[in-house]
Amino acid sequence: MRAPISDLPVVLEDVSLQRGVATILDRISLTITPGAPTLLIGPNGSGKTSLLRLCMGLAAPTGGRISWGGRSDPAPTRRAFVFQRPVMLRRTASANVTYALAQAGVPHAHRPGRAVALLERVGLADLAHRPARLLSGGEQQRLALARALARDPELLLLDEPTANLDPAATRAVEEIVTSAAQSGIKIVMASHDLGQVRRLAGEVVFLARGTLCERARASEFLDHPSTPEAQAFLRGDLVI
Amino acid sequence: MASRRPFLPLAMLLGIALVSSTSSAEDRSIVVASTTSTQDSGLFGYLLPMFKAKTGIDVKVIAQGTGQALDTARRGDADVVFVHAKPQEERFVADGFGVKRFDVMYNDFVLIGPKSDPAGVKGKDIATALKAIEAKGAPFVSRGDRSGTHAAELALWIIAGIDVASTKGAWYREIGQGMGAALNTASAMNAYVLSDRGTWIAFKNRGDLDIVVEGDKRLFNQYGVMLVNPEKYPSVKKELGQTFVDWLISPEGQAAIAGYKIDGQQLFFPDAARKPD
Amino acid sequence: MPDHLSALQLILSGDPALLAIVRLSLGVSLAAVALASAIGMPFGALLALTHFRGRAVLVVLLNAMMGLPPVVVGLALYLLLSRAGPLGELGILFTPAAMVIAQTVLIVPIIAALTRQTVEDLWVEYRDELRAMNVGAVGRMTTLLWDARFSLLTALLAGFGRAAAEVGAVMIVGGNIDGFTRTMTTTVALETSKGNLPLAMGLGAILIVIVLAINAAAWGTRVWSQRVTG
Repeated sequence: MRAPISDLPVVLEDVSLQRGVATILDRISLTITPGAPTLLIGPNGSGKTSLLRLCMGLAAPTGGRISWGGRSDPAPTRRAFVFQRPVMLRRTASANVTYALAQAGVPHAHRPGRAVALLERVGLADLAHRPARLLSGGEQQRLALARALARDPELLLLDEPTANLDPAATRAVEEIVTSAAQSGIKIVMASHDLGQVRRLAGEVVFLARGTLCERARASEFLDHPSTPEAQAFLRGDLVI
Repeated sequence: MASRRPFLPLAMLLGIALVSSTSSAEDRSIVVASTTSTQDSGLFGYLLPMFKAKTGIDVKVIAQGTGQALDTARRGDADVVFVHAKPQEERFVADGFGVKRFDVMYNDFVLIGPKSDPAGVKGKDIATALKAIEAKGAPFVSRGDRSGTHAAELALWIIAGIDVASTKGAWYREIGQGMGAALNTASAMNAYVLSDRGTWIAFKNRGDLDIVVEGDKRLFNQYGVMLVNPEKYPSVKKELGQTFVDWLISPEGQAAIAGYKIDGQQLFFPDAARKPD
Repeated sequence: MPDHLSALQLILSGDPALLAIVRLSLGVSLAAVALASAIGMPFGALLALTHFRGRAVLVVLLNAMMGLPPVVVGLALYLLLSRAGPLGELGILFTPAAMVIAQTVLIVPIIAALTRQTVEDLWVEYRDELRAMNVGAVGRMTTLLWDARFSLLTALLAGFGRAAAEVGAVMIVGGNIDGFTRTMTTTVALETSKGNLPLAMGLGAILIVIVLAINAAAWGTRVWSQRVTG
């Protein structure tokens, strides 16, 4: 079942992203390897979403190089993405997962069983036949996770998946993410919720104004941030 | 994936069924290019069921102006032509498109006009009437569609000594449409119009119109029928088409034509046997 | 069709000739919608999802072709399908098949253009998600067409409306043959030319009611299924 090729490590070398005259990301070098979850933090507009999209291959950098497991072609074979506002396909929850399984190349006969297992894994088994667009925000986010997990990823990128959710729904999503990490999937997740960073992070990558300011183990970063930007961010100051 | 849009293949099947039912029905059917007057007067609606009962042949009538009907046949899209413009028909046969022309029947043209007759044309003389219309500039509706009636109308203007093509003023209105449309137009404008008697009798929307000139020999309207030449178009259904032609000019067909009446009035007068053509 | 009856009487008495005309009209137009969808929807989706030189020209052309004059389409097809024309061997001039083709030609641009617009709009919403799921070109097309199905219903209805309402093309290629290629619209034209204006108007009203009923049913289906499936 596992594809022979690997998407890890993801290597970013001097990666920049320009949009018009604006610099979204400025010469970022970063290597993502298997291990504990990486939490991408920083103020709004610091480039978290753009960095995740580059890691997914959804956008191409205007400068520098990205490679996945040594390959530079961006086809997302072993990585998956959960958007802040995932698009629910206009069909049932179960059909959404089946669709993702089909796109991941899972043979037809295996899809129903896998879909049931995935929906159970995200706690949506009871809602399998509910139209996806009629699910609540938290349920939709969990369904998006099920779709992402259907791709059997090595690398799971999440863009503030809990930003619009209430605490209970946030907790449900975090539990799924934690269990995914425990099953060996590398998590890279953008967040601006420091509590969430504390709960989930193995390491932290801190971005400000499109530059990578600091990369450290989570406890180290949270207790002893080394850059003034990170110190200000952790104090709750407005960082621009 | 295919089951997602079941209505598509389903409806396509429907379309195919429609098309195939067409071709199977075609075996015992012929296409007759004819004029609006034979259809609009209801003659075909009366004749064809009789013919079908006798021979089992379906006759599909395309009702057009005589000129267009001859064009349709010239392109090989009809098996039989049944029209009323003898010179054009004879040229059609002479050019090799028709096999042989037979007289079938005649009716006559009538000049229709407002009951008040503003041009004062009432009478039996069509040439005098047309002269008066031109002199007074009274509105006149012309078919203008190269139909048999249009051809007859143009011939009558020549008989009246009027070069309508070059002198036509605002009073002369060519509409380029069928007989019924011309009558509707005349009714709306209270204009004069030349019509075949059959269409006039069957016409429902007369308004203030009535017959103002009739009975002039020059208003005679001869219908002819001919098989399209199978040597030009092998697709022509020679036997079935000839069966229809033969039936029309047979005593039985002729009696049927004579039997068609609206409000007790006979519309068409069979004359196939009158003279050999 | 008996002249002395009103359209209402014909309907109420279930006049077989009138019912045959209604059946043929619906059959021809529905078949044309089906054919045009099979051609126009994939084409519209393809146009929405691909980029090439001259694409803008094609889009403008397609939009303009929504207004193709039926009479011109009818005449062009007549010349093609005539025995003397290049496709004369088929022998389908003056048959319902020719009418289906004519209406299909008329409404393919409508369905393709509306599909392109709909799919292009939806693609903006779906792009990242589908790319993240590594969905290929064919998968994108089918996914977007399926997820846009409620909006595309409007395109189908627009196509059906145009097909059912047009008279110029079916008159020319069908020949308005009694009991064979006579549709609602050509009957209205014929009864008008016979001066049978009340009957013509009545038949026209029936046609409008039928089109209205189909639209209402489609709209109801759309509202209902959208509520059910989100």
